[in-house]
Amino acid sequence: MDDTGTVVAFYVLSALTVVSALAVVIVRNLIHAVVFLILSFVGIAGLYITLSADFVAVTQVLIYAGAVSVLILFAIVLTPTGDRGNQETFLRLPALLLALLVAFTLGYVAIDTDWAISDREGFQQTASTIGEALLDKYVLPFEIASVLLLVAMLGAIVLVRPESSVEGE
Amino acid sequence: MSVDLEHYLIVGAVLFSIGLYLALGKRNFIGVLMGIELMFNAVNLTFVAFSRFVQSPNPLVGHVFVVFVITVAAAEAATALALAVLLYRVRDTINIDRIDLLKW
Repeated sequence: MDDTGTVVAFYVLSALTVVSALAVVIVRNLIHAVVFLILSFVGIAGLYITLSADFVAVTQVLIYAGAVSVLILFAIVLTPTGDRGNQETFLRLPALLLALLVAFTLGYVAIDTDWAISDREGFQQTASTIGEALLDKYVLPFEIASVLLLVAMLGAIVLVRPESSVEGE
Repeated sequence: MSVDLEHYLIVGAVLFSIGLYLALGKRNFIGVLMGIELMFNAVNLTFVAFSRFVQSPNPLVGHVFVVFVITVAAAEAATALALAVLLYRVRDTINIDRIDLLKW
């Protein structure tokens, strides 16, 4: 990973991701916070591409920048206008302290550990290998994931359904 | 100048901490959920970075795991946001410091 393009792309995308994540914390309007969150998700998709993870990058754009963000926006517009602030609770200082501690610890471990680095090139294609793994070695978790998604979808529908729409009552 | 595993791990650590601060410190229920999503993303970034750089007989297993994490995160988001809407319907607020029924 020595060519200039990758290095520049990494620094630009990391800066974009981290700055927009910080903006989610700072901005006072929840809708603006979601917009910055989407920007952060797109930045992470770019970082996946610099890691030659094309399938995961596309999935990230589709599911996070697309589906999850729209879900969050829907939840915001379905809740009261008065609650669209983005303020902190009284736990603000302990949370800040804990977050700094976690960042410091993880960063220290990342730098200090002697990782077993391999010198292979980036992946040529990932989608076919991932697909084969999902339907071969990991077929049981794959099937369980589909059941989980079905249950989550049914649960979400049942939870937000108005009481009066129940048939036969 | 080159980009190594450590760079990605540090970006992941910073994102995770920002997500942790959002999840612990925000007053709005949806703000807390956004923090949790950010933490999922930081963990996924770390998985993909390890998958790219570290020695392994089949390195793409990290990507498979990321696909599962994204699936579970999507299911979690759908259910939790339905809960947010329901919470507003029952309690007329989604401010988590005003939901104190269990507090004595």
